Amino acid sequence: MPAARQRALLGWRRVEALFDAAFGSRLNPLRHLGALGFLCLWLLAVSGIYLYALLDTSAAGAYRSIHGLAQQPWYLGGWLRSLHRYAADAFVLLMALHLLREWLHGHYQGMRRFSWLTGVPLIVFAFISAIGGFWLNWDQLGQFSAIATAEWLDALPLLGAPLARNFLGASAVSDRLFSLFVFVHIGVALLMVFGLWFHVQRLTRAAVFPPRSLALASAALLCALALAAPVVSHPPADLAVVPGVLALDWILLFVHPLTYASSAGAVWWGVAAVLGLLLLLPFLPQPARAAVAVVDAANCNGCRRCFADCPYAAITMVPHPNGRRGRELALVDADLCASCGICAGACPSSTPFRSVAELVTGIDMPQLTVGTLRRRLQQALSALRSERPIVIFGCDHGVRVETLAGCDVAPLSLLCAGMLPPSFVDYALRDGAAGVLVSGCAEAGCEFRLGQRWAAQRLVGQREPRLRKLDEPERLAVAWTDAADLPSLRAALQQLRQRLHTLPRPAAPLRAPPQPGCDASRARHG
Amino acid sequence: MVEHAATTHRPLGVAAWTGQALLFAAFAVVIGVFSRWPVYHHLGPDQAVIKVSFAHTGKPVADCRPLSAEELAKLPPNMRAPVRCPRERSPVTMEVDLGGKPLLRRTANPSGLSRDGASSMYQRVQVPAGEQHLVVRMNDDVRQAGFTHQREATVTLRPAQILVIDFDAEQGGITLR
Repeated sequence: MPAARQRALLGWRRVEALFDAAFGSRLNPLRHLGALGFLCLWLLAVSGIYLYALLDTSAAGAYRSIHGLAQQPWYLGGWLRSLHRYAADAFVLLMALHLLREWLHGHYQGMRRFSWLTGVPLIVFAFISAIGGFWLNWDQLGQFSAIATAEWLDALPLLGAPLARNFLGASAVSDRLFSLFVFVHIGVALLMVFGLWFHVQRLTRAAVFPPRSLALASAALLCALALAAPVVSHPPADLAVVPGVLALDWILLFVHPLTYASSAGAVWWGVAAVLGLLLLLPFLPQPARAAVAVVDAANCNGCRRCFADCPYAAITMVPHPNGRRGRELALVDADLCASCGICAGACPSSTPFRSVAELVTGIDMPQLTVGTLRRRLQQALSALRSERPIVIFGCDHGVRVETLAGCDVAPLSLLCAGMLPPSFVDYALRDGAAGVLVSGCAEAGCEFRLGQRWAAQRLVGQREPRLRKLDEPERLAVAWTDAADLPSLRAALQQLRQRLHTLPRPAAPLRAPPQPGCDASRARHG
Repeated sequence: MVEHAATTHRPLGVAAWTGQALLFAAFAVVIGVFSRWPVYHHLGPDQAVIKVSFAHTGKPVADCRPLSAEELAKLPPNMRAPVRCPRERSPVTMEVDLGGKPLLRRTANPSGLSRDGASSMYQRVQVPAGEQHLVVRMNDDVRQAGFTHQREATVTLRPAQILVIDFDAEQGGITLR
């Protein structure tokens, strides 16, 4: 199973790379599926409020009132009705893609289990609300959907009398039944919104709205589609005849033909199997969890930077055990910690310039401490046999920077690019590196949601801890690329090499004798 | 100024804008098409539907009987009803023959823990359209052999027509509509 998932993930990344080429990684819709889903909800809410205001919620008047929407001035009603439908279609498609992407990335384990488990019921709510919406327009499609749903539900031995008896004749469809339809469509949608609050509850700065340009383009697309291909009603419901030819919305109503093509029981078993598997997935045997962040009280001054930067709200602030008034200490909730190390990168005590033999910072990762990182950097620089050595700080979830190791390149991979304390860039340049390349996941594609963003902002001085202003900023380059995009990282490295050859050699002495020809050939061929 | 390589801050070219337009259009086409196409035919062109359904409380499974003086004496004073009637109801069986051939036979058990509620069923059957001879039989009393209600009719079913076979005691028993 993991092997199949990995193969599928490679395929997904190829598709993402295609979208990257068109949109750029920051605006790649495939990296904003959840946020685009929220955008659809907004469109559904706005159009839905208008439609509900004009809807006659009676059995006799529903069809007429919806049919009359097309007569509104400027075709506003018909357009909003079409937008409402297409936003629902888009929401379901985005939801499916979001689920697929998170599964492919293995985002159902560990501290992500809560978000996964709270997301599964939302699928059910979304379909209940969407299918219920068709009943409100009491046309032949609504009639077909309502009866098909009733017959499907009747397969469960839960109800005393069959629900489908409510649709044996026109007299059975009452205004009270329409009140139930309204509840199913709107009440369950509200329940879903409430569930979404749980779904994103454990995320810091949850992306509930896509970047503005992507949001505008997506909304414009659905608006244009609503104008170009308006949704129209079927003939009014007539319970004396079976609806003939139905222009079925296969995205929202596929369950009905599936039921009639197989059986109600088979579809129930299928739904139960899919939902059961989704709910079971986080509890299947998984690789051992990585060590979580550890706080060192002696080096934590309660600055709250780790608290602000943690993408999963795993850090809270508590009174410092030293008893000084107003002093706080970071406290890590092990269940919520993603082991990304972004907190270590945020800690002001993580600076390698501290003149202590063993560098211990305020909050650190046991599997790769900041002290270890400093030691590895020193060792790597001393081993490089180049006049213009380059240090690459990479990310375990981005391109494997180890593949770029060479006589002039010292690659150091971190748990996440956000784990890099910016002062390490300055330290590397002062300790003999001619240039530094910082690499990580593509924009908006960070495995730990915010690591790439925080790292980028810290390096340009927009976020604490900021990178000190470099004397020669040309010596620093960054490359945010997809994990499979080694060529882009190679190109970035080569650009940096060539740029460094226009700059003076670093002042720091070389620890190893230069390898003849290393710099010249590297600058030419990479 | 940090040098950004392989990031998205570089201006997008014509090819990228074209790609965006194509990908957006593809998404719109998927929604626009599959929200209405392919059309779905729920029923064949020469078929009709018979829905057999009822919600009916069967007769008690046994007759009421008077209690003897001894039995009454054993009961608390406030429960000494002279006649005892069983709560349990008979299951309801319905048979439908169409064109002389059996179309359906089902027995619906009474609902409730004490089996004292209504029996109900709903069955949807697709049949050929046209003139058909229909025989509906029903038994709602286990004390009687055979059927307690029966109705025969010749019906002409138009394509896509729904014929509902129900039971309504107030309308004389088995109804066709």
